[in-house]
Amino acid sequence: MSSVHVDALKKYYGAVHALDGLQLEVAPGTIFGFLGPNGAGKTTTLRILTGLARPTSGTAQVAGVDVLMEGSRLSRHIGHLPEEPAFYTWMTPREFLDYLGRLYGLSSKARLSRTRELLALVHLEEVSKRRIAGFSRGMRQRLGVAAALIHHPEVLFLDEPASALDPAGRKEVLDLIENLRGQCTVVMSTHILADVERVCDVVGIIAKGRMLVQSRREQLLEKYAIPAFEVEGDDQAALLLWAQELRRLPWVISVVPRNGPFRITVRDVQSAKRTLLAMAVNSGLTLNRYEEVRPSLEDVFLQLVGAEDVS
Amino acid sequence: MNFITVFRKEMQEQWRTYRFLIVAAVFAAFGLASPLLAKFTPEMLKVIPGLPPGLLDSIPAPTVADAISQYVKNMSQFGILLALLVTMGVVVQEKERGTAAFFLTRPVSRETFLLAKYAALTVTFICGLALAALGCWYYTLVLFEPLAWGPFLVLNGLMLVVFLVYMALALLASTIARSNGVAVGLAFVALILIGGIGSIPTIGDYFPGRLFSWGTTNMLGGTGTAWPAFGVSLGIIVLAMLTACIVFRRQEV
Repeated sequence: MSSVHVDALKKYYGAVHALDGLQLEVAPGTIFGFLGPNGAGKTTTLRILTGLARPTSGTAQVAGVDVLMEGSRLSRHIGHLPEEPAFYTWMTPREFLDYLGRLYGLSSKARLSRTRELLALVHLEEVSKRRIAGFSRGMRQRLGVAAALIHHPEVLFLDEPASALDPAGRKEVLDLIENLRGQCTVVMSTHILADVERVCDVVGIIAKGRMLVQSRREQLLEKYAIPAFEVEGDDQAALLLWAQELRRLPWVISVVPRNGPFRITVRDVQSAKRTLLAMAVNSGLTLNRYEEVRPSLEDVFLQLVGAEDVS
Repeated sequence: MNFITVFRKEMQEQWRTYRFLIVAAVFAAFGLASPLLAKFTPEMLKVIPGLPPGLLDSIPAPTVADAISQYVKNMSQFGILLALLVTMGVVVQEKERGTAAFFLTRPVSRETFLLAKYAALTVTFICGLALAALGCWYYTLVLFEPLAWGPFLVLNGLMLVVFLVYMALALLASTIARSNGVAVGLAFVALILIGGIGSIPTIGDYFPGRLFSWGTTNMLGGTGTAWPAFGVSLGIIVLAMLTACIVFRRQEV
């Protein structure tokens, strides 16, 4: 049974179609990256799946619970971290987690040990007696993760968990998510591709309220990524001349300067491997780097979302 | 579901955010000040220069009735204002800050969320009113004569019912509104409507404001009741809370 099953989900706000027949399937234990540009429908989906919003039509089940019909049961199965988690800032983190533990019916002994365990997990032990009012954004985000985990949820929904954080804060939150692998199913929405590449097993790309593709990350890269090479040299003028020559070749799709290196995307990898380096040498170029680049999720994303924008 | 836990949190919040102390301090101040004002207003008038001769002689010596009517006047103005001010932000601010969304994905029903807030505010106002009543009773004892406990308790009980009416309406306004400004506007519209309609003769006998005069008359040994106004007040409370629960259940936060 899937941890999350969504079928033909629609959410209309007047003329705006926030979700337009979304399909989604997340297997248990997966870290699922829900990827899409701003306004694609990620947050709306998570709000419906956590019972905060109602769809216009369609069905959704989380951990076997019908989100629409059994909303009161849902909260015991899920954890939720909104994009900007809000707290009662007059509380300390310890009091806050203890309060949540009470809501989930944990005994006082269980609350005490779970609070300690979670504060250690999110590195907030030292500030456990300080009021949340004085916390930085990163600290609040980590406390939000702890709050979402208090009752060992089966499915954890994280809405843009690291988007607004500085690099150090982002790393901490992503490490936390990575450590949850195997403990619960994680559905993480984001528009930051690097975050998905780093922690997610399965990726779903959404645009204009529809799921464009959903697949394991490696399969997605294999299926959609276009082979590419990167070449970097000191003489930019010579490289530009060489680029013009390359563009005339039938197996070359494009040659694009990318902040220094030139990215050459090709139709035929074998021809490129045989010819590119030899051509560069014959053209008298001094190369600092020549590399067959691993296709990135960014390439796949731009390809899919770009095609959707054109259509 | 989880009512006690949420109620405890609400009480703790009222304490830590000084809401409890503010309500208690305001009520205590007006409770203490009422008999004092009644007693010393003629004395204060005496020191105002240029008063027409004979005016002071025409003012009768203050009595316990003046202390009571001053108390009721203060409570009917500032008590109601306080009930609106303290209540009208409690739900809408949580919606604006995002804490409502954060907690409604927990095992907290929306009804519990609202009712726990109302219950905590009720406790706060009971405590505040108790302080006001004690202050008023003590100074009336010192400056005039002892008040009869029974009718005085009834008077305060009736005042509490009026406050609860306005708190329920302010909570409804706070639930309906999407922003604090709208909640303030709605709460004051309710105040004007209830106050305005309540001041129309005959119709006013059925409105909460009538409870003040019932309590005062009873206190001063008069006869007559205002059970219809009492029933309507309880009806408004139940209806406002029920509507708030229904609206909140359907609302996307």
